Amino acid sequence: MEHVENLISILLNSVFVGNILLAYFLGMCSFLAVSKNLRTATGLGLAVIFVLTITAPANWLVYHLLLAPGALAWAGLPEVNLNFLRLVLFIAVIAGMVQVVELVIDRFSPALYNNLGVFLPLITVNCAILGASLFMVEREYTFTETVVYGFGSGFGWMLAIVAMATVLQKLRYADVPEGLQGFGINMIVTGLMAMAFMIFSGIVL
Amino acid sequence: MKLSRSKTYKAISAALWQSNPISKQILGICSALAVTVQLQTAIVMGLALTLVVAFSNLIIALLRDLIPRNIRIIAEVAIIATLVILADELLKAFLFDISKQLSVFVGLIITNCIVMGRAETYAMSHGPYDSFVDGIANGVGYSSILIGVAFVRELLGSGKLLGFQVVPDVFYSAGYENMGLMVLAPGAFIAIGLFVWLEHTLLKD
Repeated sequence: MEHVENLISILLNSVFVGNILLAYFLGMCSFLAVSKNLRTATGLGLAVIFVLTITAPANWLVYHLLLAPGALAWAGLPEVNLNFLRLVLFIAVIAGMVQVVELVIDRFSPALYNNLGVFLPLITVNCAILGASLFMVEREYTFTETVVYGFGSGFGWMLAIVAMATVLQKLRYADVPEGLQGFGINMIVTGLMAMAFMIFSGIVL
Repeated sequence: MKLSRSKTYKAISAALWQSNPISKQILGICSALAVTVQLQTAIVMGLALTLVVAFSNLIIALLRDLIPRNIRIIAEVAIIATLVILADELLKAFLFDISKQLSVFVGLIITNCIVMGRAETYAMSHGPYDSFVDGIANGVGYSSILIGVAFVRELLGSGKLLGFQVVPDVFYSAGYENMGLMVLAPGAFIAIGLFVWLEHTLLKD
């Protein structure tokens, strides 16, 4: 029972308090680029959830079977520590997984493929994906925790980008000072949103 | 007069001011904000990024005729990842405490759009010397914003600069309080928003 509680707390934490975008600033680039339109924001959000839920556990396996100190014991090489290869391998896994996911979706659900379209390849360079894999190692999550964390982070990211897209649509009719238009006001709106998300930090399960 | 007309000068001034990577091109925000709670981490992060951009530009410019067109992205990522690992290991060896604070954000330089962006748009079509200078200039442009934001956040958020108390005790006994918001994530968003506002207003003249 305690195990389930732990998972729920990881999920809530990754969606709200430790939101990967609003608390850790990851995935900002694409966040600012596509949050102008609600439809594309939703599409990209879905794609990020999808890829994060798959790549975080995949990288967990890679880390614990190949990279961690002593992980190669199964191959008879307990002294080998390949930890320094972590970044290269993680980014390779992410690029590979995105490619596979793209092929699979194209084969089995052309409708979804058309909806996600160009966003899938773009995700490879989304800092949030690599960031989640690195955090997963740093916080020493177990496999199930990693699955939940990956999904939660993706969901939190989508929540933030969809909320941002709706706010920006309203903002078009607002009278923003000239120098602040565009990037400046976007950052301030994001800051206010981050504050709103932090309200959840008092929740203890 | 001669200096201001040379190509190098133009490249540097563009990267520092007219098309600063963060405030004008909105690149590389991902890692920009998370390391700005303290001035010290911001400076180290800026330094690490400057070195990575400069050398990735240099290496890619040297190899640009050898890299086949259609696998250039993979080649670029491999070069950048190698440099980032070098930077990460060097930080761990010589500045362990700071490297702990920077945690995953050094690794995330790989997905920082500035590095990739300069490699794609500049280094692939310019000579090694120009590319190296361009890398340094962009790195310094990036660092200047980082350090500016960190200055404001550390001063207002904890009354310190580089870890030293700056706000005198007299202020505190007279009722002055640190601005807690600046230490938290929303503070970074709002600070950078206002920063960009200031820059836009100054640049208009």
